[in-house]
Amino acid sequence: MDSHADHAVRRYFGIFAALLVLLVITVGAAYVHLGAANIVVALVIAVVKASLVAWVFMHLRSSTPIVILFALGGVFWLVILILLTAADFLAR
Amino acid sequence: MRDQGKAAAVASDLPIPVAHQFDDARQQHEAAAMGMWIFLATEILFFGGLFTGYAVYRAVEPQGFHEASRHLDLLLGTLNTGLLLTSSLTMALAVHSAENGLRRPTIGWLLTTSMLGLGFLAIKGYEYAHKVHEHLWPGPHFVAPPDASRGFEQFFVLYVSMTGLHAIHMAAGLLVMWVMVIILWRSRHVARHSNFVEMFGLYWHFVDIVWIFLFPLLYLIDRS
Repeated sequence: MDSHADHAVRRYFGIFAALLVLLVITVGAAYVHLGAANIVVALVIAVVKASLVAWVFMHLRSSTPIVILFALGGVFWLVILILLTAADFLAR
Repeated sequence: MRDQGKAAAVASDLPIPVAHQFDDARQQHEAAAMGMWIFLATEILFFGGLFTGYAVYRAVEPQGFHEASRHLDLLLGTLNTGLLLTSSLTMALAVHSAENGLRRPTIGWLLTTSMLGLGFLAIKGYEYAHKVHEHLWPGPHFVAPPDASRGFEQFFVLYVSMTGLHAIHMAAGLLVMWVMVIILWRSRHVARHSNFVEMFGLYWHFVDIVWIFLFPLLYLIDRS
């Protein structure tokens, strides 16, 4: 393998290490009493982990803009689904 | 950068066949990635319905969800999260090997990935059996603790449907992965299948991302 290939492999292991560290942090944070902030901390860490997987493992970082647009499209409709449902339930 | 790696692999191997509707291998690859992401968008919304249902019930019955969450085995849940994250790493290495035309490493990493996936499903099955044994499996034999708050059983309904749908996705992924291994095993030309391996990788990573959200929502509701 050339040096470019080694770079990619090193990056994959770096992301994997970051994911494991975030896993430890999220489990640890669940034992700290934060009240309503617990769910916020847990979701922020989950979004960071998911973004690392999508950006590096799923190659979005080297994808064309249109592929990134389609990837964001799924998330966009999910946000609409959850926000409109929440708007209904929170306004009752 | 990845395209340079592809070019190097192609130069040292047979050319990647391009279907007649595409100008070149690059366009063929982009079309495959776009199609796969469109499929994943439908999958995001498929799981999204359950996540929305979870959000509504948790907002309505926070105390019942809090109590029920503590009945899940956090050690096994954390171990399973570790297995899935590791399987994402090995999947990425399989895609990387396929792009570089390395047949044996591709097959090896795919088999490693499938073993990690099998381990995940085995642990999940053990957890399910334990829940049935504790009468915490939704259905006629469900018995909530006498002091349980409203929403306690609803949590387990969502736990089983969300992790169950996720487990079905894992099982389907394992089947496709083994078919892929057989195809690669019989082929002399791995780079030719690199799009297949890479697009399957997108599916596998997506299933990992679903678990990344399921784990804190189900296992980690304020353990303090």
